[in-house]
Amino acid sequence: MRPADFELLSNLLKLNSGLVLTPDKAYLLESRLMPVARKHQIPTMEALADKVRSRPDDTLLRDITEAMTTNESSFFRDSKPFDQLRDVLLPRMLEARGARKQLRIWCAAASSGQEPYSISMILKEQAAKLAGWKIDIIGTDLSNPILDRAKEGLYTQFEVQRGLPITLLVKYFKQEGDKWRISDDIKKMVQYRRLNLLQPFGDLGQFDIVFCRNVLIYFDQPTKAKVLEAISKQMPNDGVLLLGGAETVLGVTDRFRPMEGQRGLYELSTAPALQKAV
Amino acid sequence: MKTCLVVDDSGVIRKVARRILEQMSFDCSEAENGLIALDACKARMPDAVLLDWNMPVMSGIDFLKGLRAMPGGDKPKVVLCTTNNDMKHIVEALGAGADEYIMKPFDHDIVQAKFAQIGLV
Ligand SMILES: C[S@@+](CC[C@H](N)C(=O)[O-])C[C@H]1O[C@@H](n2cnc3c(N)ncnc32)[C@H](O)[C@@H]1O
Repeated sequence: MRPADFELLSNLLKLNSGLVLTPDKAYLLESRLMPVARKHQIPTMEALADKVRSRPDDTLLRDITEAMTTNESSFFRDSKPFDQLRDVLLPRMLEARGARKQLRIWCAAASSGQEPYSISMILKEQAAKLAGWKIDIIGTDLSNPILDRAKEGLYTQFEVQRGLPITLLVKYFKQEGDKWRISDDIKKMVQYRRLNLLQPFGDLGQFDIVFCRNVLIYFDQPTKAKVLEAISKQMPNDGVLLLGGAETVLGVTDRFRPMEGQRGLYELSTAPALQKAV
Repeated sequence: MKTCLVVDDSGVIRKVARRILEQMSFDCSEAENGLIALDACKARMPDAVLLDWNMPVMSGIDFLKGLRAMPGGDKPKVVLCTTNNDMKHIVEALGAGADEYIMKPFDHDIVQAKFAQIGLV
């Protein structure tokens, strides 16, 4: 791949999705973009770069951006955050929102739906406590094809076997050929929307709980900071942010601070500190 | 060291499973059908059983029922290992007292994840 082409394409990706690619990832660029080139009847990577340089159309640019996203996900990924949701966050919100009985949860990198559906299953399992509550779960992602997969809710054997407890599989999935389809009950708890975290999202409203997991890792520091600051504006003072295992706010932004004793959970720096038990 | 009994009529699968489990620091023993496995459990109750579904002499599900009826047989965590990925079998296995299931072919990551899920690692 010509160095100038790599530079062009990696700049484009950085601009459109925040993805930062170092030159040692040129092979990744090539292997993921060749199918895009083929789809647009462009014979080579060089020709693809030339097209982007001269007269790119929106579909081509979008296809390039989407092809470069990593959509790896799994049900109850890392399990701990979902235990924390059930054991720490829900009880806290049940109390704090008891009067209004409203809870809004945002999955800011929903990918193929495993994360929002894991959240939905947890809430469904707590249905008795949440009777009469209005709960919104919004799943957003940059990539349209991956959101289509999420909406479809059809998973392979390999995907359900990773992380999904057998009891929940039996309860909330139906077998379809050699795949598994999530039940309508769970599916209808989640609304999906295409959203680029790099663009303004003020119209999404406020969220009590934000899952933004395993997406910031692809961004550089200034982009991480910008996205985290924008997210902080969508949260009430007692809202909670959950990041992925390799992500943190420390050294990135001072809008959030780690929640004491709760790894991976962050609260707004403006939130009143919880009284420590004596 | 935690103990795991690998029950499968295929020697190859037992070997693969043993290698994975030993990497996870389990002390492994093997049985080639349900009947032999029941005897093994009578002699020494393992912490975990990785159990095949289809076996001659005594199937996985019959072993499971037998195990759960034995004194102390409620203790081992049983992970059923099957190519039968249909709901009917999974429900049946759950009903008989399986804790989790793994679909073949499995690898280190899957076994590790499933065992972690039920608190064995
Ligand atoms: C690795 S997945 C994480 C999925 C899930 N949150 C999890 O932890 O398993 C990352 C997702 O982020 C999405 N993504 C990447 N850049 C994005 C951006 N700028 N705005 C919104 N979503 C983005 C990708 O399309 C991909 O689906």
